[in-house]
Amino acid sequence: MTMALRATPFNRVHREMGARMVAFGGWDMPLHYGSQLEEHHRVRRDCGMFDVSHMLVIDVHGGDSRALLSYLLANNVDRLQRPGKALYSCLLNPAGGVRDDLIVYFLGQDWFRLVVNAATAEEDYAWLAAQRDLRAPGVTLAARRDLAIVAVQGPHARARVGQALPESAAVVNSLDNFSAICMGGTMLARTGYTGEDGFEILLPAAAAVALWLRLRELGVAAAGLAARDTLRLEAGMNLYGQDMDESTTPFETGLAWTVDLKAARDFIGKSALQNARPRRHALGLVAIDKGVMRRHQQVTTAHGDGEITSGGFGPTLGRSLALARVPLAVKPGDEVEAVVRGRGLRARVVKPPFVRHGVVLVKE
Amino acid sequence: MTTPANLKYTKSHEWVKQEADGTVTVGITHHAQEMLGDLVFIETPAIGRKLKQGEQCAVAESVKAAADIYAPLSGEVTAANAELADAPEKVNADAYAAWMFRLQPNDPGELAGLLDAAAYQVIAGADKR
Repeated sequence: MTMALRATPFNRVHREMGARMVAFGGWDMPLHYGSQLEEHHRVRRDCGMFDVSHMLVIDVHGGDSRALLSYLLANNVDRLQRPGKALYSCLLNPAGGVRDDLIVYFLGQDWFRLVVNAATAEEDYAWLAAQRDLRAPGVTLAARRDLAIVAVQGPHARARVGQALPESAAVVNSLDNFSAICMGGTMLARTGYTGEDGFEILLPAAAAVALWLRLRELGVAAAGLAARDTLRLEAGMNLYGQDMDESTTPFETGLAWTVDLKAARDFIGKSALQNARPRRHALGLVAIDKGVMRRHQQVTTAHGDGEITSGGFGPTLGRSLALARVPLAVKPGDEVEAVVRGRGLRARVVKPPFVRHGVVLVKE
Repeated sequence: MTTPANLKYTKSHEWVKQEADGTVTVGITHHAQEMLGDLVFIETPAIGRKLKQGEQCAVAESVKAAADIYAPLSGEVTAANAELADAPEKVNADAYAAWMFRLQPNDPGELAGLLDAAAYQVIAGADKR
């Protein structure tokens, strides 16, 4: 049985550009356009663009929208007071497990916008709607499949986006990190998933291809999901469904900083997290030996076994790196062994990120 | 890229070139490197190692996956391409120029069982669906 894959507004352009297409979260997406390494380096050194229209935009409107999100998100939306500010948060289940990770934008009086992962989009929407029905029936939720999303990332992203949107160049130049602004039907956000400066542009699907082509004329390289994965891994960012899922609490995946247990407010998963006694935590590994660490491989440490949740080759590092869940006693600086194809591969434990703004931050 | 007619092939995507001195040179096909994507490590067999046909003897590791490379013929390893340790991307650039190792075959009969270019193309084409 095969299910029909969904196509973003860029599908034809990807194919015309010779992309190798893959199924991802139910969508037909570009894996790479020839060389994922080259695409990775272009983003670190210059500027690249990604079609991330498979992610779902959900608009939350209504007088109780802040109160509803305050109860649904593990991070505290009360930190969003100025319109345009963004916050990264987990959406937890009552047991404190991660249903999804998302970015919430505060866009105006009684208006928030969530951007959630593709694979979890339908479940997220149903969960939000069910919670809304229970707690804030006046709140409206709108799944914005009419919007496309282009992520433009890299040290030259600001210059290129300014050139591509000349009427907005002043806005592009002054937009703070982790902030967004809406201009007509287009939202410009200074966010991303690469560890580089950059923007995520949410715009009407009908206008999306024209922007893509304009960016391409300006020399912005198209980059696929494969480069997106190596970039986010070097940036030490979690991938939902891989580094965490419903059986993982934020404490076990390096996301304690996104959980606000101090404020008086209650939220779904709070009591479970208050009683949680995590036995493992997430840290980074950098290979000392040659070879590539991969997801699900066992990690042997002096304090017991762990497991690699994401692994691969870091093109900027020039060696293999991984995110791993290891016993709490394992600390940065320790030497451990990953079991790679039946052999022990020595690796150094580090605190992610591995690379930030084009600079390697860790040593083997 | 065309599949060179002067080479022999295996179902497991190795190519084999018969040299004038009686040895054979082995690499992986253009199709194989395309399936693997950007290569980042290549591990070649030790010189002097005696291999049986079909034995796993080298590894090509890409950003995406690791692939075993198998001995296309039984024989002794006489050379390995040391260049690939520092420049695995040469296999992506030209899979038929970037050889991996050389063998002195010890069973000439095995050579006849390898695929020719036309037969290999059928296999590579089926992979692509």
